[in-house]
Amino acid sequence: MADKRSSQALRDFISETEEIIGSLNLDLVRLADSLDCGDCDPDVLNGIFRGAHSIKGLAGMFGFDDLSRLSHSMENLLDGLRLGKVPFTQALVDTLFSALDTLIRLIDGKSGDEHFTLDLTGILAQLGEAAEGQAPAAGGPLAGLELDAGILNVLTEYEEHRLVENVRKGRRIHLLRMSFDLASFDQELAEITQQLKQHGEVISTLPSAGELGARIAFQVLFGSDLDQAGIAVLLDREDLDIRTCGGGVNARPPEEPIAAGPLAEFAVTEPDGPADAENGEGGSSLRSISRTVRVDIDKLDLLMNIVGELVLSKSSIADINDRLKSSGDKALATELGKATRILERRLQELQKSVMDVRMVPVGQLFEKMTRIVRRVANEQGKKVDLDIRGADTELDKLIIEDISDPLMHIIRNAIDHGLELPEERRSAGKPEKGLVRLWASQKGNHVVIEVHDDGRGIDLAKVRRKALEKKLISANQALTDEECYDLLFMPGFSTRDDVSDMSGRGVGMDVVKNNIAALSGMIEVDSRPGQGATMTITLPITLAIIKALIVQVADRTYAIPINSVLETLMIEADAIDTVEKREVIELRRATVPLLRLDQTFGLAATDQNPDRRLFVAVVGLAEKRMGFVVDELLGQQDVVIKSLGKALGFIRGIAGAAELGNQKTILVLDVAGLMNEALRGESSLNV
Amino acid sequence: MAKKILIAEDSLTMRSLIVSTIAAMGDYETVEAANGFEALRLLPREKVDLIITDINMPDINGLELVSFIRGNDNYRDTPLLIISTEGSERDRAKGMALGANAYLVKPFAPDQLQQLIREYLD
Repeated sequence: MADKRSSQALRDFISETEEIIGSLNLDLVRLADSLDCGDCDPDVLNGIFRGAHSIKGLAGMFGFDDLSRLSHSMENLLDGLRLGKVPFTQALVDTLFSALDTLIRLIDGKSGDEHFTLDLTGILAQLGEAAEGQAPAAGGPLAGLELDAGILNVLTEYEEHRLVENVRKGRRIHLLRMSFDLASFDQELAEITQQLKQHGEVISTLPSAGELGARIAFQVLFGSDLDQAGIAVLLDREDLDIRTCGGGVNARPPEEPIAAGPLAEFAVTEPDGPADAENGEGGSSLRSISRTVRVDIDKLDLLMNIVGELVLSKSSIADINDRLKSSGDKALATELGKATRILERRLQELQKSVMDVRMVPVGQLFEKMTRIVRRVANEQGKKVDLDIRGADTELDKLIIEDISDPLMHIIRNAIDHGLELPEERRSAGKPEKGLVRLWASQKGNHVVIEVHDDGRGIDLAKVRRKALEKKLISANQALTDEECYDLLFMPGFSTRDDVSDMSGRGVGMDVVKNNIAALSGMIEVDSRPGQGATMTITLPITLAIIKALIVQVADRTYAIPINSVLETLMIEADAIDTVEKREVIELRRATVPLLRLDQTFGLAATDQNPDRRLFVAVVGLAEKRMGFVVDELLGQQDVVIKSLGKALGFIRGIAGAAELGNQKTILVLDVAGLMNEALRGESSLNV
Repeated sequence: MAKKILIAEDSLTMRSLIVSTIAAMGDYETVEAANGFEALRLLPREKVDLIITDINMPDINGLELVSFIRGNDNYRDTPLLIISTEGSERDRAKGMALGANAYLVKPFAPDQLQQLIREYLD
């Protein structure tokens, strides 16, 4: 295919293939899991086949011969597998995984440069070998079934095979007929299919020919151990007609249809209610085409920026309103105030809707991780189960993108450094298979992602030794466990003498930590010797527009993201105690360390009176608490965070700049960074 | 009035390619269905002059759609093209036997599709 496709079409192609690959990946993992029982779920297998098939079709349209050949070989092998011509083995699953890996690399490459290609000789040979010697599918006892030609003629080769398989398994083959409202048949059928799948396999769903009125009739070909009465009870539908066409352990003769309701008019019935009349006529507004659109994230960003600007304009109007109230026309000010409040509400709705669109479930991210886990485990000769929870927790798409590499690195580390080899685990009295937990949950405005492995845990003595060797600490330096964990995140630190291929791919944990900090997130470590380690990542749900607490320190104004602020207090100077040279306050029987922002940023206090009242913004991230001491609390405001850019991005303690409504720009504090620095005792930053 | 073409195809990219190929002809309107069910729902609402369907779709397969269309008095004579990846020879034969007018193999060149459409609509 030499014709030129537009770059938009190419982008569509890339994102559709990425989507397909996402589900291929998950399905392959499911397929691999079913190796143990030797029988694979036909739906899963067919899903994988369809994925490869779709990619092949698309690749051809874009003239990507390499991709086309690869997906064709995969499809061919999968077709053999789903038609029962190729045996289902570990080697086959491994081949499919390597093929998927190659496919991903190929598409990754093409998304940057459409002329990118890879040497496929090896993988194509592997796929070809695996598909070789396909035994013809066992001839099926289809003839014994009382199915009329009208049905047999519309079954695809694959569906025929499933029919045979069901008969072979000794299941009864039933033909269920029922009719639905044209407006809702798809949902109703989906529900019924779901119910039926619990008790067998839905082989095919066929629309019955006839006049299309307000109703449409379907026949569902169903293989199951249930008998007619069982199905009637299961589905509990008035208009259900069941015919058993054969099969069954004892190859029972077809039973008489049982009447669960009126049988006469399956194919087509006239509209029988006002609701139907409404649906029967085709107004163009009812036109049902695909209900999803795919949007470039840049467009959403632009939209978000515009919303941000609107929010700022609204603040300016509110500001003018305040001035009008105190100096001008009171009545006009009241009216403007009302209008502004309505505008504010609508803007909030708009903002929320745009935010919602940006939100995607972390499941998308976790899908990618399943593949990493498998690959690393295979390469290391380790056995690993991945336990995923909270996959539907939502995060901003951009955060998902940016957290993907750090998360991958953490998971590689967990398997590479954390989990022991099977024999080592056995002798430690643990199950051979290691467990990696990947859990996500939402806590307020944050999402917490927890990576836990049940391996050997972090060897603190070893960490210390290494840090000494690397001269990161001095020989007699006393370190708490937590301080030891912090060493892991120092540049250039690695506890393995030989950097393994997987974990040591150019990045250290310091990069991981910086990447997470750049997202205003933080990472914490916990470990128990012999029981495993946990890395907990806390991330804000979004970065685009945030509510911020505006504070004044000396004569400067700063913004603190409100999602980190737990409460604000006014304290007298004598409420401050000093413990181990650190200033603290007592708050509900807990000790909260203080950080004086004026000192932190090297600002001269405007009011030198030591007894003056101070304000404290108590901030918290994950389990840590700290009080930021400021001079004034100026109130809450929506701010749009803008990055400081590469030139200034390194400034510690500052996450970015924000515009306020009155065209002023202020700095937004990096709460996680400040807390970490302060807890480590380096509370003097230079700005 | 412009003649209308229904496209049943579950791949968004493929659907867009077909739509843009038809749009380039200038004379026809298109209605899109992302699966067989949507096609079934669109049929009675839209007066369709030509139907293009894929075979491998997630809910009902293209063969079933062809059979349904040919078994329905209203659409018995509506030209119907199957566009599918070269797959099972038997599926292809079944499609034609059920009354599809033509079977176009993916990947196809835009002018192949355009020529077929003209053949059945002009």
